[in-house]
Amino acid sequence: MYATLILVQTLNGLQLGIILFLIAAGLTLVFGVMDFINLAHGVQYMLGAYFAYEFTTLTGSFTLGLLMALPAALLAGLVLEAFIFRHLYDRDHLEQVLATFGVILFLNQGVKVVWGASPLFVPVPDWLQGSIEILPGFFYPIYRLAIIAAGLGVAALLYFLVNHTRAGMLVRAGASNATMVAALGVDIRFLFMIVFGFGAMLAGFAGAMVAPILSVEPGMGDNLLILAFVVIVIGGIGSIRGAFIAALLIGLVDTLGRGFSTDLLRLVMDPSAASQTGRAIAPMLTYILMALVLVFRPSGLFPVKK
Amino acid sequence: MRGSVAVRALPYLLFVFFAITPALAQFGAEGYILSLVMRVMIFAIAAMSLDLILGYGAMVSFGHAAFLGIGAYGVGILMSHAVTNVLAQLVAAVAASALFALVTGALCLRTKGVYFIMITLAFGQMAFFFFVSLGVYGGDDGLTLRATPTLFGTPVFENTRVLYYVIFAAMLGVYLLLRAIVASRFGRVLRGARENPVRMQAIGFDPYRFQLAAYVIAGAICGVGGFLLAHQTEFVSPAFMTWQRSGELIVMVVLGGMGSLHGAILGAAAFIILEEVLARITEDWKLIFGPFLVLVALFARGGLVGFLRRLGGRR
Amino acid sequence: MTGMKKLAGAALALCMATTAAAAQDTHVRIGLMYTLSGPPAALGEQSRDAFLLALEQMGGKLGGKEVVLTIVDDELKPDVAVTRARGLIERDDVHFVIGPIFSNVAQAIQKPIVDAGRIMISSNAGPSDLAGEQCHPNYFNTAFQNDQVHEVMGAVAKERGYQRVFLLTPNYQAGRDSMAGFKRGFEGGGEIIDEVYVPMNQLDFSGELARIAALQPDAVFTFMPGGMGVNLVRQYAQAGLTDRVPFLSAFTVDETNLPAQQAAAQGMYSGATWTPDMDTPGNAEFVAAFEAKYDRVPALYAMQAYDTAMLLDAALANVDDLSDVEAVRAALKTAEFPSLRGAFRFNTNQHPVQNFVLAQVAQRADGKYQTQFVEEVFTDYGDNYAALCSMSQ
Repeated sequence: MYATLILVQTLNGLQLGIILFLIAAGLTLVFGVMDFINLAHGVQYMLGAYFAYEFTTLTGSFTLGLLMALPAALLAGLVLEAFIFRHLYDRDHLEQVLATFGVILFLNQGVKVVWGASPLFVPVPDWLQGSIEILPGFFYPIYRLAIIAAGLGVAALLYFLVNHTRAGMLVRAGASNATMVAALGVDIRFLFMIVFGFGAMLAGFAGAMVAPILSVEPGMGDNLLILAFVVIVIGGIGSIRGAFIAALLIGLVDTLGRGFSTDLLRLVMDPSAASQTGRAIAPMLTYILMALVLVFRPSGLFPVKK
Repeated sequence: MRGSVAVRALPYLLFVFFAITPALAQFGAEGYILSLVMRVMIFAIAAMSLDLILGYGAMVSFGHAAFLGIGAYGVGILMSHAVTNVLAQLVAAVAASALFALVTGALCLRTKGVYFIMITLAFGQMAFFFFVSLGVYGGDDGLTLRATPTLFGTPVFENTRVLYYVIFAAMLGVYLLLRAIVASRFGRVLRGARENPVRMQAIGFDPYRFQLAAYVIAGAICGVGGFLLAHQTEFVSPAFMTWQRSGELIVMVVLGGMGSLHGAILGAAAFIILEEVLARITEDWKLIFGPFLVLVALFARGGLVGFLRRLGGRR
Repeated sequence: MTGMKKLAGAALALCMATTAAAAQDTHVRIGLMYTLSGPPAALGEQSRDAFLLALEQMGGKLGGKEVVLTIVDDELKPDVAVTRARGLIERDDVHFVIGPIFSNVAQAIQKPIVDAGRIMISSNAGPSDLAGEQCHPNYFNTAFQNDQVHEVMGAVAKERGYQRVFLLTPNYQAGRDSMAGFKRGFEGGGEIIDEVYVPMNQLDFSGELARIAALQPDAVFTFMPGGMGVNLVRQYAQAGLTDRVPFLSAFTVDETNLPAQQAAAQGMYSGATWTPDMDTPGNAEFVAAFEAKYDRVPALYAMQAYDTAMLLDAALANVDDLSDVEAVRAALKTAEFPSLRGAFRFNTNQHPVQNFVLAQVAQRADGKYQTQFVEEVFTDYGDNYAALCSMSQ
């Protein structure tokens, strides 16, 4: 039984990692290519979830709602880029932090004004309802398998785009040397806009995908933003591959750590002390992991060469 | 020309304002105004300490609120064990936060830039979760300080004005201390290490040691802020040290204008007072405050201080 | 500098103007402090809206006295709350501070309020030390002591003969108190087979749910407020556990979360002091009026704030001079008001003695979800901390 539990938890960790990857991918690209700290990436994820809610309610179909949420998230990202972020690319990181923090405050409050403070309901689409028995006695929700599949699909698509298209080549080049790419006569502003819009859409996609399982509420992106930053620094800023591996790592460490840290501690201490220590340490695990990685690899696991 | 004089006089004007607030406050809701302005000064202390490493050393700490919390818990834990002597509490608060800064700083400084931001966040979060799970001292419900703080057996801080001027003196002292540090050889090395670490190393300075020393000083000073915050609110809780709080401290420094010290004071004042005034006007004050921050970032290079400086220059 | 000076000037002027306006003493000045920003705002809004509804129904008067109301947001930050509480006391010169939702805020503001000689009525938070050792003549609670609702569920689990129970809660003080409360009610019953504390704001419960599925307990008890409760309940249902393992809870499936949980919460149990369908005098009218005005079903938070207004209405009718704090306290203690939850009186520690009930989520004829009365679990029940309160001696 214990072995199956570990298996199921691993699947859960994988799924959390996939969601983190969807958010972190855009963040690491924007950061790597444009050298722009976008704290507002978390609210773009939140907007995706709210768009999914709005369009699902409107059309009565989650699939349609999801499909409509994507261009809406893209549009929201482009609007933010054109009016605010574009003017901050050549600024100090901290001024970017100030501006994007302001955007967070505004949008978190904005969705509360428009949709209210209460969590909203987005139904799981009918054809993904229910759970299947993946192992005798162990049920796994189909929708979660769908999230894993969708995430892996996006990861494959990204891999293809970045490694086998001209735009991807420019993005990779931009990540290591933006000035050089500009000097080659590439319209760097257009490239930035594309990258930014794409990142916003990915975050929005993640938000829309989790809307049926997580509560859709103001500020839902804040904690995920922090986790996404954890992912991209562990992975190495600008590295999609790093973000993918780090996201899975964080997902697994977090889920398995919560699931088993108490059990492991029980091997070395008495049960009540183990449970106390276990629950104190569990929420710190991702941060301990990040600190360890950075102490030994100060530029993350897969640093992009500058 | 006269404008730039005004800009140079800004720190003095700020301190005069804080000095005479109690005299003005007695015509209004005195306790409330004093409480609000004390908060401003306490966060000004925390923001100035952050400005030392962020503005002068380019070390952006995203876990700075941890020192605020550790300083506050230094007070709270001693108080709950009936150690009411404020000097003992102050020593404990400063020692604990300096020690935490030393240990975490030694590790954090192995990284740079954004990696530094995130590793400081990591340690800040660890400290936060530690106090959340510290059930003996109330966990995240916090600790109310019911005992009366004393100095050599006599109660202190009972009179709000006394507490006010203690905080004022602390802020002034921190400002002068940091000014002196920044102007000293140490400060020049710190700035040099930010601009050109290789060169610094070449002329015989090890930037790491200087940066670590600055980090410890900043942590200790922020611990003083925590000590004062605990006494001002008569309450201690992990809510003092969330990552959101660390973020607010960064925003205060950048909003005021980093690398100027009095900018941090101005930023803390603007942040807290604006929040209070706007929250009075509308529940949705963040709809106004958010865009305000965006506008400052877009148009006021160098924060409010930079904005005032250019305003002065143009006149 | 000019900007700063102007701002400070404006702030100062604002403070003084409101103080001057609040000077006449025929009015009763009340400050409401709830969490009105961030995700937990949904809870604070329930309380605020219900209080406003009560006030509107009574023509802006309580006990025949014109009400001057100031509403502030504590932002769920204790230090901000302390400053705002001082603002209510000194600038708005309030007689009463009502609120807050969360215990850490209550802990922080109780001392400054009672020290200033004002009366605080907690309409939701009930931390144990404020009920026990730190009780105060100026501090009243109209909700419950925090442990009680959890004790109810412990008693229910014991009475139903569950032998193996699984506990799940966020790792914070209220969560730990909740588990302690459950265990007290469950004492002499079966065995707690596992006790899981998840980090605050955890999004994904799949790990815990896998564990539950593996252990196959007789029941799960959880305290998972706010958005976490939404996530847990929906994931619990999606994992197909609802029919296999009974779901006992407190503050997890309530009317603030049900609009987002919907059918996923169907049949889940909750401990409470009241449900919207309870047959008590005035309850149906209250629920109808609340829904008509705000288009959502009222939760406990709303009922408690509404009751607080009713309490004040009854008490203030017997008070002539509001500056006589002792008379106000006496009037509050003895006030007879039609509580929506039925029987209500104050214990020696000025916390309620009331009935506790088991509630279950059900869908109404109009499609909306709400908790519904199942059975009474404790009758005329006071809390365990009253004996520690100096006012009890």
